[in-house]
Amino acid sequence: MNGRNWWPAVALGVLVLASAFPFYWAIVGSFTPEARLFQNPSLFPTEPVLDHYRALFTARNFWLPIRNSLVVAGTTTALCVIVGSLCAYALARLQFPGKVPLLGFILAVGMFPQISVVSPLYLLLRELRLINTYPGLVLPYLTFAMPLTVWLLVGFFRQLPGELEEAAMVDGAGRLRAFWEVIVPLALPGIATTAILTFVYSWNEFLFALSFTLGPERQTVPVAIALFRGQYQIPWGQILAAAVVATAPVTLLVLAFQRRIVQGLTAGAVKG
Amino acid sequence: MASVRLEGLRKTYPNGHVAAQGLDLEIVDGEFMVLVGPSGCGKSTALRMIAGLETPTGGRILIGERDVTALPPQDRDIAMVFQTYALYPHMTVRENLAFGLRMRGTEKGEIERRVGEASRALGLEPVLDRKPAQLSGGQRQRVALGRAIVRDPKVFLFDEPLSNLDAKLRVETRAELARLHRRLGATIVYVTHDQEEAMTLGSRVAVMRDGFLQQVAPPMDMYRHPANRFVAGFVGSPAMNFLPGDLIGGLRQGAARDAVLGVRPHDMTLVSASAGDIDALVDVVEPRGSELLVYLRLGPRGDGPEVKVVAPPETSVEAERVAGVKFDRERLHWFDRDSGERLSP
Repeated sequence: MNGRNWWPAVALGVLVLASAFPFYWAIVGSFTPEARLFQNPSLFPTEPVLDHYRALFTARNFWLPIRNSLVVAGTTTALCVIVGSLCAYALARLQFPGKVPLLGFILAVGMFPQISVVSPLYLLLRELRLINTYPGLVLPYLTFAMPLTVWLLVGFFRQLPGELEEAAMVDGAGRLRAFWEVIVPLALPGIATTAILTFVYSWNEFLFALSFTLGPERQTVPVAIALFRGQYQIPWGQILAAAVVATAPVTLLVLAFQRRIVQGLTAGAVKG
Repeated sequence: MASVRLEGLRKTYPNGHVAAQGLDLEIVDGEFMVLVGPSGCGKSTALRMIAGLETPTGGRILIGERDVTALPPQDRDIAMVFQTYALYPHMTVRENLAFGLRMRGTEKGEIERRVGEASRALGLEPVLDRKPAQLSGGQRQRVALGRAIVRDPKVFLFDEPLSNLDAKLRVETRAELARLHRRLGATIVYVTHDQEEAMTLGSRVAVMRDGFLQQVAPPMDMYRHPANRFVAGFVGSPAMNFLPGDLIGGLRQGAARDAVLGVRPHDMTLVSASAGDIDALVDVVEPRGSELLVYLRLGPRGDGPEVKVVAPPETSVEAERVAGVKFDRERLHWFDRDSGERLSP
């Protein structure tokens, strides 16, 4: 690196440090005994202990919120990808009046401030007897995740030449078959990106999960962590350990697919 | 194989563009029919309607004796070669060839046999396990062709299949297509904007313009007896010259004033000055190897309309000189000045 170009590297370094440090600190803290956390915390783990993790999975049964989160985020993702890709395919291919306003509307739905719909949704879900159930979380998540899915996938499907599925139809495939055999395999990077983003969104969601669950039996990871605090003390060590457990899978997922995700988000920006 | 019949086929797009205005066309069993015309004339739309990729707004399409107007593409038993080839990028050549058969539930052994046969015929055997991205343009073209052939469909549809090939490959593939047609005895509907392609390939050629059929005829008939001025100007290269009917006296019995005279560049000869029907000033001489293409301006001072004449290569002709032009009386075309229709003969 020559002399003129040192400052972007420094800026980048500061940025990475600023965003990575909290996570690093959570990891270090989760291995530090409770007593030392507030007396003389060290930037580097000395005498690491597993107490917090042990407490997390024995005394607290942290498996339960993890399972809840997996079910809710997984179901949301699966539904979003299946329904959303069909919807996006139609939007990408069909010409009909009002298509642009419809796309705008879909985007607008996704932009809605969550807090403004919590109360009406609560009443609605209560009427439907869906409070404190998995569908009671999946359905509201869909309202936010689906627009994202549809938007990303419309961009992806538009890139694919229409002649491909025409060729497939002439070759004897019906529309759905052509979609499944030709379009889906080609759009797989986009579909994977969308799936990961949807999963991360649903995994991290807090407000709905807090509002529409009543007890630990349906609480998701973020809600469970938030409710760790006891009457007299806040178990910071366990909270940090739980944060690490909750963040690790998502981080690994994104790291594993990061090239695909960048490809997916910039699809159509350059060559289209 | 089967015949294809279009009856009063119409297509108006939602934006008001009319791509087909009542097409009536009968393509007989085993015929190589070429639809040709300038871009936007509706030829591709007509082909896509036969394929079932566009829905006509009026009229009927019959393949064999079956009315397929309302059937989706997959139920029409047709195969189509697209301009971009539309090969499936995620499948190998073998899978591309087998796709249509697989979609129709053909039995495995039979698929293998037919794919083998087609790939042998097209010289694709060495590349069967490659993906389309690893193929040359010519190979991709042959895969697209093979994908149509293995299906053994009732009708083959070609949408400008040669336009993405370079000139040399285009000529070779053209000959290959003609051979293929002869071997398969297939009914083919072929769309192109290139009149030369149309003339060399078609058993019959249908010229379209603005959604109307202008003329349907075997290539040489069309060349010798174009139905109107548009067809006359479109077919043949270099294009026909059009002159005012009364420019040269004595060429036509009857009212030459209301007529336009059409003469092909090949149907005129250059002679020495004042030995022909009219004198002209030589403007540009283009040697083309086997012949000369000479641009002249009629009139001894070159103030008349421009004409192109094809002359034998040994003709001595120089720019800025005056030469005589002689018309082949047997090969003059007369068109109505207003309607452009051909006046007999």
